[in-house]
Formats: sequence, structure tokens, C-alpha cells
Amino acid sequence: MTDLVTAEGHGEHISTHPDMNVVRKTAMWVFLGSECIFFGSLIATFLLYRTETRGGPTAKELFDIPFTSASSFILLMSSLTMVLAHNARERRDPRQLRIWLLATALLGSTFLAGQAFEFTEFAHEGLKLTTSPFASSFYVATGFHGAHVAVGVLMLLALLFMSMSGRLRTGEGMNVELVGLYWHFVDVVWIVIFTVVYLLQV
Amino acid sequence: MATVAEVTEVHAPAPGHKGLWSWITTVDHKRIGILYLWSALLFFIVGGIEALLIRLQLFTPNGEILSADAYNQLFTMHGTTMVFLVVMPLASGFVNYLLPLLLGARDVAFPRLNAFSYWVFFVGGVLLYSSFILGGSPDGGWFGYAPLSTQVPEYVRMDFWAVGLLTLGVASIASSANFIATILTMRAPGMTLMRMPVFVWMTLVISFLLLFSLPTITVGLFQVFFDRNFGTLFYETAAGADPLLWQHLFWLFGHPEVYVLILPAMGIVSEILPVFSRKPLFGYSFVVFSGIAIGFMGFGVWSHHMFTSGMGPVAEAGFAISTMMIAVPTGIKIFNWIGTTWGGRIRLTTPMLYALAFIAMFVIGGLSGVTHSIVPADTQQHDSYYVVAHFHYVLFGGAILGLFAGIYYWYPKMSGRMLSERLGKWQFWITLIGFNLTFLPMHMLGLNGMPRRTYRYDENLGFDLWNAVATIGGFVIALGVLLFVINVIWSRRHGEIAGDDPWDARTLEWATSSPPPEHNFDQVPLVHSRDDFWHRKYTLDAEGFLQQRDEPVGDWIPEADPEHIHMPSPSYYPALTALGMGIVGYGVLYQPAGFIVAAIGALVLMWGAFGWSMEPVTRTPEPMAHDDRHPELEAAAATEEVESE
Repeated sequence: MTDLVTAEGHGEHISTHPDMNVVRKTAMWVFLGSECIFFGSLIATFLLYRTETRGGPTAKELFDIPFTSASSFILLMSSLTMVLAHNARERRDPRQLRIWLLATALLGSTFLAGQAFEFTEFAHEGLKLTTSPFASSFYVATGFHGAHVAVGVLMLLALLFMSMSGRLRTGEGMNVELVGLYWHFVDVVWIVIFTVVYLLQV
Repeated sequence: MATVAEVTEVHAPAPGHKGLWSWITTVDHKRIGILYLWSALLFFIVGGIEALLIRLQLFTPNGEILSADAYNQLFTMHGTTMVFLVVMPLASGFVNYLLPLLLGARDVAFPRLNAFSYWVFFVGGVLLYSSFILGGSPDGGWFGYAPLSTQVPEYVRMDFWAVGLLTLGVASIASSANFIATILTMRAPGMTLMRMPVFVWMTLVISFLLLFSLPTITVGLFQVFFDRNFGTLFYETAAGADPLLWQHLFWLFGHPEVYVLILPAMGIVSEILPVFSRKPLFGYSFVVFSGIAIGFMGFGVWSHHMFTSGMGPVAEAGFAISTMMIAVPTGIKIFNWIGTTWGGRIRLTTPMLYALAFIAMFVIGGLSGVTHSIVPADTQQHDSYYVVAHFHYVLFGGAILGLFAGIYYWYPKMSGRMLSERLGKWQFWITLIGFNLTFLPMHMLGLNGMPRRTYRYDENLGFDLWNAVATIGGFVIALGVLLFVINVIWSRRHGEIAGDDPWDARTLEWATSSPPPEHNFDQVPLVHSRDDFWHRKYTLDAEGFLQQRDEPVGDWIPEADPEHIHMPSPSYYPALTALGMGIVGYGVLYQPAGFIVAAIGALVLMWGAFGWSMEPVTRTPEPMAHDDRHPELEAAAATEEVESE
């Protein structure tokens, strides 16, 4: 059996160290797979209760599609800036990286502000969390998405801080690629929510 | 290269490996595995005491020992404990300890995330159990059916349950992602997927099962918690809500969870039977693919828990068929295990006895499970002691016996000393007899109509005899567990020195010392075949007979820079992050005032997470722990040089 090692040059070319970036992306991908089921369950609950309005406001009466379309556009554009940030990182251009990270965080925050505005509007029109199963499932599904965006914004700001203080490393800790994967996922989930929870209900 | 001189003494723990702080900050997968195993054994004893109280109450008709309220708390906590705090962490302990060793790796993919998983599990367990002194423990069943679980809002009991399970879920998701990344990317060179030990394969399957099943119960738990605390209407039937939603969300988690509980035991048994039969596992690929098939089909059978909830004939027929079909891959495994022992040179050691008992008891439990797939029969059995008998045969006769087999098999590797075989065999027979004495009568009780989850029964219903027998059986099991505890305590001092390979085993963990050094292997093994370690020891002679080699052969990959080794440094951030999570948990239990506490917890959590991100995985390399037997051991491998910007 030792022959084999000799044949392969004393095993010198056999790496015993996995590429940590691959390891970390694998974990992130399977975690996002898990998140799919999480949002799937929230959306399924909403679909079950979409007409259980208990005399309160209905989806048709409430949803302002042009407004939500605009905030959806903003969130999707943040995916573009995220890609640009990642690209800057690959090109080892820290200035551009910081610009695009900040832009992504700002676009995400704008989306969150839009959601806060929307929730306040709905509440004024009589849709409280406790109004109906429809209301509960709407707020909880979209609220959890908002929470994911907020966590994403925090991570982007952390990346920005790490980049400024020169502590951004490849292969460990948070890095641009992992946060990017997460960010794109949150955007993709919004496409589903916007379609199923908003567009299909009006 | 790894030939090892006769071992006469268990070597002392490495310097810096003593004291509580070293356990809190450890990121070594072996020590984390040991933490899991000890915690799970502690909870096993607690959950067992709860079971004994239940059995005492049911010993005679109209028992007086427990009130209805206390009984509800105890059966809820018994189920929750045994599922989430015993069987899952026991399996997790084995996976933690063994996964890198079986794969020829130096650690799991994310050592600190691994520590985080343990501490979150610990915090979740503390949360659940602190409820006993904070107004009563959860009392709505381990399944927490809504709307029962969303009512009685003046108690926080089911809030403890919801928050506790959410916390435990975080731990499981984190370790699942960690284990999958480890298995898919950290295998030693030459360790192809189809050369992996079956236990590793089963770990891969359960990790995927957990990743894709936990989110549904997570959503359900959030809904229950929000209903109880913020007035949402997910389960308020008067407002048009559908209580079946909870049952679907719960069982879409709950049934894959059943396979999460049993597949590790199946993996353990698949490792043990070949060793003590001196034969390779019969039909390796069938066992592996059956495990994968069980994983997939496990997501298509959940509604057989709901045959009496009125889903309609189409759904019932569909789930009846899928439930019958999932018995097929399970049956394949059973036949493969029997095939493994067939014609083997069997050594009836304690681990082997447990493994064989696992097969027998699991067959009984599996068969009574198939009877549930017949909808009319299930309608009769539903909520009766027949179901209790069934799942205890699967979970105790299956999972627990399999895990005991694993403990006896790997304890020498973990501690360097053997458990007493004599005590072990006594424990085995007492446990096996006690187990059957307890749960076999429950089949009769159930078919005679005794309902589950009732705290007392009248005399002259025909339940008296079998309940008395079951209670006696329960105490016989307790005697068995006591013997086990004595065995462990005794062997810590007096156990025979195990040496590296006491069982003449087949897989890579036995190629290193017992207990293994922190870096697992002096040099990373180059794997050429399934059961690689066996082939390093044995060869076939010209006539095809097994021939022991004079000296083990085998390839090890030389370290490029044996002088500078860095293993991941200890870190307190994972434990700190978990602590923050626990503070958030307690905070949300007592809102609105608790929100301040929760906010503090969130800050602690973020502090932990941020510090974790900022901290390098390895600090300045320190000299490795000194190992007298292998001066060249200091030559453990380095983790990848960190590329800093």
C-alpha cells in the first residue's frame, strides 16, 4: 500500500486541508435550505387563513400594490449592489467594497422603512395583529421576513466595520460571500411572498 | 506508522485541559461530545424518575400518589425530556465524538459553532427544567396540541415549553449544518462517500432530516407562543382558525423526528455487528440506501398520526400506503443485519448483546408500527396504551438499546478504560427483562381499551394486573440503569486499560490512541477501502483465508510542517452567545417587564456573536500537548494558514 503513496509523490500533493470557503458555503447552503421550509410553513399558514378576515379588512381592501412594488424593487436592487460588493471583494478593491456594502445596507433599510410604513397604514385601516387569523398570519409571515432583512442589514454593517478595521478575512468569520448568499436568499423569499401573499390576493 | 506500543496506563489529560473554564471554552469535538453524553445521561435519569412516578401512580387503580395536574406535568416532561434532552443529545454526543475520527479528520467543520450548539442545548434544557420551580412545568403533552396548548394563559407553563423547544431547535439546526459540512467536505483523502462508515451515513441523513423538519415546528411554536402572549389568532377556533394546522406542522416535524431518533442507533448497530461477527457489513450499499430512503419517505408519512382527526378517505388512504411502504427499507436493514451475523464468528460481548437485542426489540416495535398504517385498526388503537407500547419498543427497545450498545462499544475509546463486561452483561439482561416486563403488557392494556394520558383508572376494568406488572418492570429497568451508573463509576478507576483497539475493530477511530490526542491523528490517514483500518491489520492469503499481518500497514499523509500545529483555540464566545439566547428566552416569558431582560439578552447575544466573528480561529500556535508515547505526535497538522487582509 505504501506503493500508492510513492506513486503519488509521497503524498505531498494530497491535500489534507479542505478549502474552508467551500466548507462554509456548504453549511450556508444547507442552512438556507432549512430556511426555505421555515418560510414555506409561514406562507402555507397565510394561504390557509387568507380569507379568514372575521369581518375585518380584506387583502383586496388593504394592499397597495404600486407601493409594495416599489419597495420590492428597492429590495431587489439591493441584490445587485450586493453582487457589486462581492465583485469588488474579488477584485480586492476595498473602497468599492465599502461603497456597495453601505449601499446594500441602505437599500435594505429603505425596504424595512417601507414595511414599517405599510404596517402602520394597515393598522390605521383596522388591521391589527389580533383582528383575524388573516391579519395574524399576514403580519407574522411578512414580519419574519422583515426580521431576516434586519439581521442581514446588521451583518452588512458588521462587514463594513470589519473591512474598515482591516479584520475581514477569507476562510473564517463572516465574509462577503456568505452574507451575500444569505442576502440573495432573503430577496428570493420576498419574490415568493410578494407574489403569493400580495399579488395573488388582490 | 501508527503502530502503538503496549499501553499500560491511560495518559493524563493534556495541560490546560482541567477545570470548569476549560470545559466552557472548549471547541474540541471530543470534549463537546463528552459534554453531550454526560448531560444526556443526567437527563435520562431525571426523565426516568418522572417515568417511575407515573408508573407508581398507575401501579394500583385510583392511584393517590399524583394529582391530575402533577401527572400532566410529569408525562409532558417525560416525553419532552426523553426525545429532546436524552435520545437526540446522546446521538449528538456520539456524532460529535466520532464523526471526525471516523472520517479521518482533525475536527468538525466549525468547532466554535459546535460548542455553540452544545451550550444552546444546555440553555434549552435549563429553561425547560427551571419551569418546575417557576410555577409548574409544561403540562400539555410533548406534542403540545393546539388549541389546548394556547389556552390557560394565566400559567406560563406552555410558554416554557415553546421557548425551550425553540431554543433546542436552534442547537439542532446549527449542529446539522455543521455535520453536513463536515461530512461533505472534511473527509480524509480516499474516504469516498461509499467508503464512509454507516454511522456517518446515518448522521448525514438525520442532519438533513432535522434541517428540513425543524422549521415547521419552529413556525408552529412561534404561532403558539404568539397566540398565548400577543393575542394572535392562529389557533383560536372561534375566530375561524383551524386546529389541524398545528397537527400538520407538528407531525411534519414529528415523524421525521422519529427517524432522527432511530437512525443513529441503526448506524451504531451497523458498526458493532460487523466487528463482533468478524465479517464486513452485509449489503453495505443496501443499508446505506435504505437509510436514505427512510429519510426521504419519512417526510411522507406524518398524517398517520392524524387518522382520527377526520382528514377524509383520500388523505387517509395515501398516508396508510406510504406508512406501509416505509417498512420496506427498514425491513431491508433488518435482513442485512441478520445477514451480517450469519456465519460470522460471533463474540457475545456487551455491545454485541445490546446490538442483537436492538434488532429483536426493534422488529417488535416496527411490526406494531405497521399495524397503525391500517386506518380502521389505528382508529381503535389511537390514544390507547397500545401506541405507548409501540413507540417505547421503538424508542427504548430501539434507540436506547442501540445507544447503550454504542456506549459499551466506544467507552474504551473515549476513556481509555473498558467498562466491566460482567456488570455490563448483568445490566443488559436486567434492562432487557425489565423493558419487556414494562412495555409488553401495555399492548394488552391498549387493546383492552386503556386510554393514554389519564392519571387514574377504576378497578374492575381489567387493567389492574398488567399495570402492576408494568410498574414492577419499570423498577427493574431502574435497577439496570443503576448498575450502569455503578459500572461507569467503577471503571473510571478500576476498568481494564483498553489500548488502542480492544475490540479488533474495523474503522479509523481505533487507529489512534484511546483516548485520542486533541488532534485525533498524528498524520491524516490515506484511505483505500471501506473498513480501512481492518485492511491495515488483515489480508487474505493465497487460498483466500483471512491472515493477520505481522504489523499493521497503511498510508498516512506526512505533515508538511510538523513543527507548527494549530488546532482551533478555546473560545468563550460560543457559550456567551448561548447565554444571551437564554436570557432572551427568560425575558420573553415574562413580558412586558421581561422585554427589558430580553433586550439585555439580545445585547449579550450580539456581543457574543460579534466577538466570535472578530476572533481568529487559531491564535498564535502554542506547543502541542505533550504525549510521552509519541514524541512525533507533536507533528499534528496545521489548520489552514489564515489569509489576512
